[in-house]
Amino acid sequence: MAEFSAHTVKSFDEDIAQLRALITRMGGLCETQISDAVDALVNRNLEAAAVVVENDKRLDALEAEAEAQALRIIALRAPLAGDLREIVAALKIAGVMERIGDYAKNIAKRATVVAQSKPIAPAVIIPEMARAVVEIIRDTLDAFVDRDAEKAKAILSRDQQVDEYYNALFRSLLTFMMENPHYITPSSHLLFVAKNLERIGDHATSVAEMVYFTATGQRPGERPKNDFTSTIYAPQ
Amino acid sequence: MNPNSAPNPAMGHNNVPKMTARDVNVFYGQKQAIRNVSIDVTSDNVTAFIGPSGCGKSTFLRCLNRMNDTVDGARVEGRIELDAQDIYAPAMDVVQLRARVGMVFQKPNPFPKSIYENVAYGPRIHGLAQAKADMDNIVESALRRAGLWEEVKDRLGESGTAMSGGQQQRLCIARAIAVDPEVILMDEPCSALDPIATARIEELIDELRGRYAIVIVTHNMQQAARVSQKTAFFHLGTLVEYDDTSAIFTNPRETRTKDYITGRYG
Repeated sequence: MAEFSAHTVKSFDEDIAQLRALITRMGGLCETQISDAVDALVNRNLEAAAVVVENDKRLDALEAEAEAQALRIIALRAPLAGDLREIVAALKIAGVMERIGDYAKNIAKRATVVAQSKPIAPAVIIPEMARAVVEIIRDTLDAFVDRDAEKAKAILSRDQQVDEYYNALFRSLLTFMMENPHYITPSSHLLFVAKNLERIGDHATSVAEMVYFTATGQRPGERPKNDFTSTIYAPQ
Repeated sequence: MNPNSAPNPAMGHNNVPKMTARDVNVFYGQKQAIRNVSIDVTSDNVTAFIGPSGCGKSTFLRCLNRMNDTVDGARVEGRIELDAQDIYAPAMDVVQLRARVGMVFQKPNPFPKSIYENVAYGPRIHGLAQAKADMDNIVESALRRAGLWEEVKDRLGESGTAMSGGQQQRLCIARAIAVDPEVILMDEPCSALDPIATARIEELIDELRGRYAIVIVTHNMQQAARVSQKTAFFHLGTLVEYDDTSAIFTNPRETRTKDYITGRYG
């Protein structure tokens, strides 16, 4: 873990603490948005889905606030070395979190169409997949707050698990559509939901890479990937 | 040479060093100001010395053209070479050395003479010009290289001390380069200047790079990051870290360097 010694100018530490708090709040809100979106989808709760869509504005506002704070620190403090890496990482992470929020919102938006047909068997994988990405986000933010390179590195391989969920879901949805052509509409939407969760996993993992770089000044190297869906055919 | 005294790591470029220092110790009376410093300075780079006040960076800079000779009780040990020549050897002509290794100080210090005479003084005592026309050429070219010619060409007879601080500092740089030195040492050349004059000097340093080996002492971290390609961090008389400037300011190896440049020192 990196050192936490204080700056001579104390308000510099306060500025950084504020920026970190913003990032942490964005992360927490992302976790909630993903869980709530998937719950709304699975439970066919359209009101809850609407709340998720509405709440996405908060993430957008937090991103703007984090960006303003990062720019202020760069302008006033001219940060260097570890400080500079942290500010730049926070700026990028805020952007990624905002994007993750958009994916969660998109999942919530699909709840209406999916609710119009009967439940689809393969959909049971979706909440599990969502749990896996939420845990990645939570652990990544813990690593960010602690500037813990080891924790960040340990997260990198966990995106494979998300990819495996995605492969499984993709295959079973294709099979399901072949067998139940009437369910092509909700199944297609669920494919997008799965794709959104897969993208969230990728983004969260890239945040873990940024955290590793912030803590060490080194790139963590190539991470393993396991998404094979771009080569999957429908069963004949 | 003691293999352990090789300059610290990551010298980056392979070109021949212009100046080399090995195991340099400097004492002011009983007090040791510099401890076992070894470093190479190359011609194609601007080298910045940074560190907190009293860390020895200016003392070490002043060893490079024997300015410490003029300080009572100052004693320099170790070996400092310019083009592989020991500058502390008895045979070394100190006046000649200081023409080859010029210096610019923190406070602009033009002579109380005309702008022309300020620049012509060095070349004259070193016998670099035969005729008035030669001297005119030297003065013009030095003022041009210092980025001052357009501003002063119509008032070369005016006093150097009547110029603005930034102009005075560029005049001092013109004076230093008029004798065609090989190395220019700058001891906080911008700390008495406003941001615009500072930017002019930084631009000038950039233009002079490659033509002269330049060593600059600065307290302004951003300035060191902007103008130099190599940075040496001094602390308590020792050379803590010497590396590519980009490495020092983004990912320094030593905790002391990191604490200093990020404003956590002390």
